[in-house]
Amino acid sequence: MRVSLFIPCFIDSLYPNVGMSMVRILERLGHTVDVPEGQTCCGQPPFNSGYWDEARSVAQNQLRAFKDAEVIVSGSGSCGSMLKVFYPELFHGREQEAEAKALSAKTWEFSEFLVNKLGVTDLGARFEGRATFHDGCHGLRELGTKQAPRELLKHVKGLELVEMGEAETCCGFGGTFAVKFPQISTAMAEVKCNSICETKADYVISNDSSCLMQIGGYLNRNVGTVKCLHLAEVLVQQ
Amino acid sequence: MNSFTSPPKDIFQNDADRTTDDGPRRAAVRNALHNYKAARTRTGATYTDWKAARSAASTIKHEAVNHLDKYLEEFERKFTARGGKVFWASNSQQAREYIVNLAKARNVRAIVKSKAMTGEEIHLNDALIAEGFGVVESDLGEFIQQLKGEAPYHFVFPCMHLRRDEISDLFHKELGTAKTNSPEELTMIARRVLRRTYVEADMGISGGNFIVADTGMISITENEGNARLTVGVPKIHVALIGIEKVVPRLGDLALLLPMLATAGTGQHLTGYNSMYGGPRQPGENDGPEEFHVVLLDNHRTRLLADPEQRDALHCIRCGACLNVCPIFKNIGGHTYGTTYQGPIGSVITPHFRGLQDWKHLSGASSLCGACTETCPVGIDIHHHLLHNRRNAAAEKPAPGEGLLWKAFTFLMRRPALYRLATRFAPLGSMLHPLIERSALDPMIAWTNTRDFPEAATKSFRQQFNAHQAAKASKNGGAK
Repeated sequence: MRVSLFIPCFIDSLYPNVGMSMVRILERLGHTVDVPEGQTCCGQPPFNSGYWDEARSVAQNQLRAFKDAEVIVSGSGSCGSMLKVFYPELFHGREQEAEAKALSAKTWEFSEFLVNKLGVTDLGARFEGRATFHDGCHGLRELGTKQAPRELLKHVKGLELVEMGEAETCCGFGGTFAVKFPQISTAMAEVKCNSICETKADYVISNDSSCLMQIGGYLNRNVGTVKCLHLAEVLVQQ
Repeated sequence: MNSFTSPPKDIFQNDADRTTDDGPRRAAVRNALHNYKAARTRTGATYTDWKAARSAASTIKHEAVNHLDKYLEEFERKFTARGGKVFWASNSQQAREYIVNLAKARNVRAIVKSKAMTGEEIHLNDALIAEGFGVVESDLGEFIQQLKGEAPYHFVFPCMHLRRDEISDLFHKELGTAKTNSPEELTMIARRVLRRTYVEADMGISGGNFIVADTGMISITENEGNARLTVGVPKIHVALIGIEKVVPRLGDLALLLPMLATAGTGQHLTGYNSMYGGPRQPGENDGPEEFHVVLLDNHRTRLLADPEQRDALHCIRCGACLNVCPIFKNIGGHTYGTTYQGPIGSVITPHFRGLQDWKHLSGASSLCGACTETCPVGIDIHHHLLHNRRNAAAEKPAPGEGLLWKAFTFLMRRPALYRLATRFAPLGSMLHPLIERSALDPMIAWTNTRDFPEAATKSFRQQFNAHQAAKASKNGGAK
């Protein structure tokens, strides 16, 4: 299968290893990976801020870039839900509605793609350590992703997965919310990180790097011992 | 701190600074809501199919809200046929005037009130007290908040933020009672004050959880029995209820009462569920001689006129969305500055009190969707926060922000320019430490409390291109 990756801006600049891990995993499974040159941001920042004309304009760029894609896979539940859930709403009743719906139908969050599209749960990965998993809200509640990442992690040799009490509680990132209401965002990060620390895990794993930017930002400043990893960075280890 | 001149957004930001800094209070609220969640999970699990129940509840409310004209008039017909009086109040002023004038006309002196958020909404107590009437809140939580001179913290649990010793101190100060740490004793103190009040009051005021069209009744659900006494003892009763509370049939309550209890408090059913169909009938030996229902619009029809957000009128005020909201848990109820706190309050307040003044509440959300997930009547709460943001920006773009998103769009529509900008990210990371956390730091709102990751020296795009090139040369070499 030809798999087109949607690479969010933060993975491109801040966490390239997440993208490269996805590439390696998919290639090992025998798929061809392409990353359409024309892609930029999904448009969620202006969308969530209420600037839907601007968001639509940015989204049109993605409709163009992924027009010929067979499947689109995103390493972020948040950007993935922008493509899958919010593009159809954004273009509702407009000329590109059909195009947006077509793009939505072929978009997958990374772990869902592996488990539910490809039917793979054991990637032969090996990773030593105690870890807890953070459910990104968009992946969890917009896309309904809960079991797929856990199925994949269950098959990682050497990995001990411990659920935290606040696994489904928002980390407080929320895009521009994190800087418009930094005090609330930080209080939420504190609750999340305390719950992570209670598990005595060495790693916090998530299928969304944007959440990990928030969690990692708080942990590095205040705790310093727990490391953040994207699901793909764990699954790629052999 | 609050000031009458500051815009609601500034008050919100200041109050959020203060409340998020109060670790012990946040922990106490979190702990209380943790217990709620456990109870709710247990009770919710006894439903054969919660999702189907939720969808049925949503269908009932959808039918009612989309036929208010039919069902409210049916209620009025049947309720007045038994001697009840119905007053249609378009706004808060009309509702206040009706109740104040009624109290004056009947020479009322003392009023006892059971919990009614509509009363908070129209500032009914202030209006009555200004006219010289004594008003006592009979719900324990509301009684405490009234003594404290504070608005309810949560529209279902009015004083959930207070510790037992704080309540004891308050009673000691206001009622002269001995200090105690026993919840039973604290309750008995309130009970002794309240029992006297029911007997002395010549008017009772309540809210209502449901208006039942086909029987012409109102339904009140409670755990303390105070609403029963408030309705049953005084000669005159007034129920102040929002028009969206109507349901078509009595049978609908077979679903809605248990769902309200489960979502609201984690109970199977609340302790007391009462139906009132009007004043005391000939041959009956209790109940008020006069029974008035004030149907309150107060901008609900504005929400009704918005097909996209009309489902917000499905709300049965269970408070579940507050209970699961990470924003509520961290800033607390008073920070919202609204009658209805939490996610549903953030959705409806802009419709009730003005979008531009209250749009910040829709902004103050990470859009995590826990509210929508938990809502027993299926309101699309967190997406409506997005819709409010969109409507606010379309109506009046924020000067700086509008420009920012235009620039952002310019960049994001030009992939080559975007890739070029990505190449400069490592330079930004190199220079950032020079100004990090200083006044010059454009990311100060982030870096004040959190580290920001360094940009990778080679972007994903560069690494991927190199990877592809290596593969191509390997394949080329093999040929």
